[in-house]
Amino acid sequence: MSEHAAAAGGFLTIGLSHYLTVSAILFTLGIFGIFLNRKNLIVIMMSIELMLLAVNVNLVAFSSFLGDLVGQVFTMLVLTVAAAEAAIGLAIVVVFYRNRRSIEVEDINEMKG
Amino acid sequence: MIIASLAFYLFSFMAVVGALNVIFQRNPVHSVLWLIFTFFNAAALFVLLGAEFVAMILVVVYVGAVAVLFLFVVMMLDINVIMLREGFLKYLPVGALIGVILLIELAVVFGGWTMAPQAEQLRVFPTPNPGIVTNTEALGRILYTDYAYLFQVSGLVLLVAMIGAIVLTLRRRTGVRKQKISDQVARDSQDTVTLVQVPSGKGLS
Repeated sequence: MSEHAAAAGGFLTIGLSHYLTVSAILFTLGIFGIFLNRKNLIVIMMSIELMLLAVNVNLVAFSSFLGDLVGQVFTMLVLTVAAAEAAIGLAIVVVFYRNRRSIEVEDINEMKG
Repeated sequence: MIIASLAFYLFSFMAVVGALNVIFQRNPVHSVLWLIFTFFNAAALFVLLGAEFVAMILVVVYVGAVAVLFLFVVMMLDINVIMLREGFLKYLPVGALIGVILLIELAVVFGGWTMAPQAEQLRVFPTPNPGIVTNTEALGRILYTDYAYLFQVSGLVLLVAMIGAIVLTLRRRTGVRKQKISDQVARDSQDTVTLVQVPSGKGLS
């Protein structure tokens, strides 16, 4: 049913797949950013935020098109965890910079992981 | 309807442009600013989807808190921008390869997506008519009742994050002479002054 409507309306009818495409592009850009900025820890954390944003777009799109509110509740939980992760991660970056005067990923080898 | 469709294309295009700029900017400060731009456009997409409350939360939490936190840290650390860009071109091919593979996988997964016919019946909390119950009120009705435990747990997560960040970054500096007002106020005359009866001509031993 919805496929027929999307096919008839052309590109002006926005369906679920449009939102999923946007979120897939955002998620891929997040992954790409992690590979690209291998040295800069802060940009890597920003890429992680981008990926979490893409997940949130996915959740809200499904919630809206299915008509189920639980997806939006889950989005808020993801937002909370993202904020906590950013706070802890940035604190670790600050402590690391204080000790080593650098935020390069290759310098992080104290734990020999 | 057409305006909403065009708005979707505008906002999603701007979000993708912002995300591209986040990862390609030379200066981390510009990256943070583009990240804020991306979040604003994503919030606009949420509004188009009818999730107004989540959109406002996204703006308040991400732009107001997380992005400002990033900005503080970026400006506080004295980082060498040129040195951080070394190896950028070295990682470009493998990053692009993995990105393209991931995008194709996501396209395969989501391209043929159709809702199952019984999905309508399996909804846990159907969205009420927005004309009668607003999005914020509907969310509050289920968040504070059926999902109260999850709400508490997310508060706990934030508390742990706050304590963790403070514990990680707090440092006691040794060798600085600071005024401790509580010690000064708590000083008592009995601890500090001793009255001695000195016999004349003997002196104190």
